[in-house]
Amino acid sequence: MTAPDLLYSEIEEELRASVRALLGDRCPPSAVLARCEGPEPYDPALWRTLAVELGVAGLHVPEEYGGAGAGLRETAVVLEELGRRVAPVPFLGSAVLAGTLLLAACPQDGLLAEVAAGTVTAAVAVPLSTAPGSAFPTGVRADPGGALSGRVTSVADALTAGVLLVPAEGPDGPALYAVPAGATGLRLARRTSLDLTRPLADLTLDGVAGRLLATGATAVATLHRALLTGAGLLASEQLGLAEWCLATTVEYLKERRQFARRLGSFQALKHRLADLWLETVGARAAARYAADTLATDHPDAAVAVALAQAHCGALAVRAAEECVQLHGGIGMTWEHPAHLYLKRAKADQIALGTPGSHRAALAELVDLPGPVGRTA
Amino acid sequence: MEAELRDRVRRLLAEHDPAGTDPAAFLRARFDAGLAWVHYPVGLGGLGAPRALQALVDAELAAAGAPDNDPRRNGIGLGMAAPTILRHGTEEQKQRFLRPLWTGEEVWCQLFSEPGAGSDLAALATRAVREGDGDGDGWLVDGQKVWTSGAHTARWAILIARTDPDLPKHRGISYFVCDMTDPGVEVRPLRQITGEAEFNEVFLTGVRIPDAHRLGAVGEGWQIARTTLNNERVAIGGQAMPREGGMVGVVAATWRERPELRTHDLHQRLLKAWADAEVARLAGERLRQQLAVGQPGPEGAAMKLAFARLAQELSGLEVELLGEEGLGYDDWSLRRPELVDFTGREAGYRYLRAKGNSIEGGTSEILRTIIAERVLGLPAEPRTDTDTPWKELPR
Repeated sequence: MTAPDLLYSEIEEELRASVRALLGDRCPPSAVLARCEGPEPYDPALWRTLAVELGVAGLHVPEEYGGAGAGLRETAVVLEELGRRVAPVPFLGSAVLAGTLLLAACPQDGLLAEVAAGTVTAAVAVPLSTAPGSAFPTGVRADPGGALSGRVTSVADALTAGVLLVPAEGPDGPALYAVPAGATGLRLARRTSLDLTRPLADLTLDGVAGRLLATGATAVATLHRALLTGAGLLASEQLGLAEWCLATTVEYLKERRQFARRLGSFQALKHRLADLWLETVGARAAARYAADTLATDHPDAAVAVALAQAHCGALAVRAAEECVQLHGGIGMTWEHPAHLYLKRAKADQIALGTPGSHRAALAELVDLPGPVGRTA
Repeated sequence: MEAELRDRVRRLLAEHDPAGTDPAAFLRARFDAGLAWVHYPVGLGGLGAPRALQALVDAELAAAGAPDNDPRRNGIGLGMAAPTILRHGTEEQKQRFLRPLWTGEEVWCQLFSEPGAGSDLAALATRAVREGDGDGDGWLVDGQKVWTSGAHTARWAILIARTDPDLPKHRGISYFVCDMTDPGVEVRPLRQITGEAEFNEVFLTGVRIPDAHRLGAVGEGWQIARTTLNNERVAIGGQAMPREGGMVGVVAATWRERPELRTHDLHQRLLKAWADAEVARLAGERLRQQLAVGQPGPEGAAMKLAFARLAQELSGLEVELLGEEGLGYDDWSLRRPELVDFTGREAGYRYLRAKGNSIEGGTSEILRTIIAERVLGLPAEPRTDTDTPWKELPR
């Protein structure tokens, strides 16, 4: 068992530079803002470039299964950069959640190769708020012939997905099915979501023909693995988002003048930003630790994920709230992109488990049990 | 180099059997063999070797049962005075001071802070006036210093004092070595909120310091003091720790052993604090990994700030967790501890002593300003005190 590596490798920094350069050109705040209320909330051209040309769709999938053969550490670096731009692409849903699920459940299946190549986009049909360790979903039932019926709400990255990976209660217990987006009996309804840059959809299935991927303990374990990986790597997205908020606020306070002084020279504001910076330093360590332990299947991975989410979920919200507040009136306008970050941060805080639910997980993992039979 | 070090250790042990040699004599011989601090120059206790090799020497000597110099007893001497003397001292000063400093035969203390100069240390008012005419051979020092740990056991002090009140405050300061046995030096214990007195007030009345005990040029004391203070912050920031290695481990152990004390409210706060402590530990670990590959980051400044907040949060939580027991205190008598011992005392002591963590070695407020200006690049607060002659500043 090697010691966790909390730094970024040269290869990771090169990957970061490529993604950052691409997003700098193709994903400015004005473009994200213009798109979010339109009929096509995702940017398919940007996703194609990222997924196919940069090869990030299957970054952590081994080459033998059609991926790039890198790992979850590199995947986390991509999420930092996507978070920094609140980029409207289905990376979390397809590359991270669906990719991890397929890799764990059925690596030989041709669907994984397609998802890894970026030619098909997939989404796991669970509410985005599902925490790792939740009970296996029972909202969809499969009959013995594999016909799926039921309802799943608030699914992220489903609107743009070509295939949905549906956990269902089958005749023999938990099972995972693949359903093409155009399948007969499947309806997707776009929700009006808090986060404008990661739209949600409600799924209704009425006797939809599904293709069985896994059953029983495998289905349960692989869904857990996907949710745990998603939660752990989401911390990197939250870190990137918080860093953008901090950097943008610092730049603004260096320029903005009131009372014949630059606002950034007021100690009250400096100290708030110093505290925020201090928390991002912690977030970087926690997010790297989660990514590294997930990448190496380290026995401490569950603790690392719960810790990273407990810290980074709250940090991103705080960074975005400070960004809005310290921009003053301009921070409250639709025109300024700060609100996109606030909405993403607040939604991310709920996504894949709230900080409170992750702390509750920690209580079990590190043996700090709560009171028994007391209400005080 | 490693082979040569091992060879030197062998020869030292052969010539001075630890079992049959007076510890002080052994330590002097170790210094003379260049094995005290191997990165120091030859003739001053070192061999000009890479600092990382010191661990090898320490381990070999410890394995042979050799005495060590009990570095915690002379933290100011080893951590601050020695590097300053090495960098700014004359050859005579290095020869005179470094050997007994390292062996622990002469303990050092620091005469920097004053009642009127805390965070604003450069405003200090202790005066050093040249005696005689021009080339006179000494200085006459008058003033009051405070927060001096170890002043009652120290043989020497590093001292900064004002030598030119007509210059702006940062430019009129000089750096001295002060003899703590001078009859003009009076040391009084300074009792803290814990009841004990780790520190002292030091009154300097007509203290005579020979010019040969000045470190660096007249007027350069502030620059030299800054190197001393940087060494202090590095010393506070950087040790590796296992999970639950700090104050959090004490609280977690009580939590596990005493289920009857648990409440829902305390549970939520404990989990939050546990996570904060573990995140801070990982951030410290990441900083060490950065240093190991030669990429020091600005995160060092963050560590002291984070650990101060955590120590206060956790020690406060512990007192509350203990409930009725938290109403008691172990001992209010005026003790004179040589070392701060968080675990050897009870929860109330930890709670009170931790309040000092955000004050000593740079307050958390000063550190936040440093982070904001040097790391984030925010503009400095407008100031009126940097170009005015010191004597004209309002006090």
